[in-house]
Amino acid sequence: MERLLPLLVAIPLGGGFLCPVLGKFARNRCWVELLAVLVMALLLALSVGQLVAVDTFAYWVGGWKGGDNPIGISLVSDGLAQLVVLTVNLVGLLAVVFSTSYMRRFTGPGLYYGLFLLMVAGMNAVVIAGDLFNVYVFLEVAAIASYALVAFGTESEELEASFKYLVLGGISSVVILFGIGLLYNLTGQLNLSEIAVALGAMAGDAAAVRVVWFAAGLLLAGFGLKAAMVPFHAWLPDAHPSAPAPISAMLSGVLIKAIGVYVMARLLLNVLPPSAAAGYAVMALGTASMVVGGLLAVGQSDLKRLLAYSSISQVGYVVLALGLAAVLKVRAPGETLVIGLALFGGLFHLVNHAVFKSLLFLCSGAVEQATGTRRMADLGGLAGRMPVTGLCLRVAAMSIIGVPPFSGFWSKVIIVVALAMAGYWTLAVVAVAVSVLTLLMFAKVQRDVLDGEPSACVRDARKAPVAMSLAMVVLAALCLGIGLAVPAFKRHLADPAVTALRAGQGGTPTYPERFRPPVSAERPLAREEVRP
Amino acid sequence: MTGIAACHLSLGAGRAAGLLPYAVALGLLVIGLYAIVAKKNLIKIIVGLLIADYAVNLFLILTGYRPGTEGHAGAPILTDGAQAARTAFLRNTTDPLPQALILTSIVIGLGIVALVVSLAVRLYEKYGTFDVTDIRKLRG
Repeated sequence: MERLLPLLVAIPLGGGFLCPVLGKFARNRCWVELLAVLVMALLLALSVGQLVAVDTFAYWVGGWKGGDNPIGISLVSDGLAQLVVLTVNLVGLLAVVFSTSYMRRFTGPGLYYGLFLLMVAGMNAVVIAGDLFNVYVFLEVAAIASYALVAFGTESEELEASFKYLVLGGISSVVILFGIGLLYNLTGQLNLSEIAVALGAMAGDAAAVRVVWFAAGLLLAGFGLKAAMVPFHAWLPDAHPSAPAPISAMLSGVLIKAIGVYVMARLLLNVLPPSAAAGYAVMALGTASMVVGGLLAVGQSDLKRLLAYSSISQVGYVVLALGLAAVLKVRAPGETLVIGLALFGGLFHLVNHAVFKSLLFLCSGAVEQATGTRRMADLGGLAGRMPVTGLCLRVAAMSIIGVPPFSGFWSKVIIVVALAMAGYWTLAVVAVAVSVLTLLMFAKVQRDVLDGEPSACVRDARKAPVAMSLAMVVLAALCLGIGLAVPAFKRHLADPAVTALRAGQGGTPTYPERFRPPVSAERPLAREEVRP
Repeated sequence: MTGIAACHLSLGAGRAAGLLPYAVALGLLVIGLYAIVAKKNLIKIIVGLLIADYAVNLFLILTGYRPGTEGHAGAPILTDGAQAARTAFLRNTTDPLPQALILTSIVIGLGIVALVVSLAVRLYEKYGTFDVTDIRKLRG
């Protein structure tokens, strides 16, 4: 199973280039759809296999480490990477199944599935990349594919949203690359665990610490922009609703997490030197996103825009919990219980949000296809006309509001409890208050879309096709299933990920010693000796 | 720790001449960001994005620069693998890794330019203008 790790990137890359070719030559679009579904199913099987069979593992591409000072390209599979990869590929498979029916009204299936698979390849590679530069490269692969997918409809709104998304995404990439360049210049390393070790050794050097601060600020801002944290959120409410529904589900459900929150958490908790100030900064980002995203979402009249704003708010919870863990790691390293709770709550909410938000976007796509509108004022009484979609939308809404026993309840409760146990009572109250805001907005969604008398455009609505219903029902079952099986989820999926984030930082290697090349007493390649 | 201090001399409180190229790169980055924020023309925004991108590429390649002991650094081709020769070799050759990195980065930049220019062309077809103030169907 270890040797199969690069296939998580290679298969979707290959599939991504095969799809347009097949789309050009195949008579029937079924073949392209079949290929895309097969690729995603294979990826899901691989990520489940990684989870079951593999402990922490580093794969050196080409079997080459690059000697004492590793400059080879490494792919690393640890608990956190496995959890995120599983989430990405699960949501990806269901989005592809949904697309086989939903994308029928668009032309160019080869291009669509090609871009889709490239985006998945980029996300998988970002998550398992062991060095900072490959994180950057594959982040760009995923981002460029997503820019093109947002513009896939090529109507004026979609082009405009894509342009805005691309320019802001471009700025974040530039900032991230600048931060990577600074860290490389300082440490002479790109490998994540080597950077962590080198930065740990520099803790006493004031001039070096200043550069680390600058680089950390750039990286947090860059990945904050990718994750649409509040001061940097302007692109998300345009870009996510403009994309076709399965792409909105991918963007909101997994893309902002895989290339934003995941890398931010990895850098904050595993690579950069432990610092309470960085943790507070991340907590502030999370709190601002939670509150502002929630307030902006309540006022929306367009269903997909409301969902997009609520994504900002929900990702705020995740980032707040991860920031809390970073703060506690410095301020109260003895409080292992609270740190564990904060990390578990954050990661649990990340997975839950991926499930219920992609379900909500898929439901909005089914509704839009059936009625031709996304304006909630024009909808109503859909529960009677589209029972399956209606039920799934209700389940997802319950989950995001946090009604027990749905999954969203547990993760929110854990985050609130962790905040309270750490003594941040105000933030715990704010988190509960935002939960009430979420209740408000999704009560409005249910009232306007599902209940009441069927409006004119709803009267001719037909039930969603089988493929679309299947994808939605599976996600709805997951919302309930994860909620009912929290202990099993924690033991098998979340705990290894929490362990990975708890692991060493600054001085101790992120990844287990045995996977790092032996360090000789004399390190002739060390950067400091090279400088004049 | 002295070795590490020497390592970031070029970034920190180094010699004035050593800082100038970094200042130029940072200045370019600021110019690019200014153009993105302040300009109203789509093409000028794209140019701003490119300037910012190239500023970072320039910064990266500067981090690989070595003055060398003889006033100029050589190409990083190691012909003699002996341990003793390696340290001297590293002092007198540029760091090839940033060059490999910016090659990748330039190709990524090319992909972004191709995409953003085609978006701008399609927007021009829809609106008949490159002025962003006229292209405002969406609200922030």
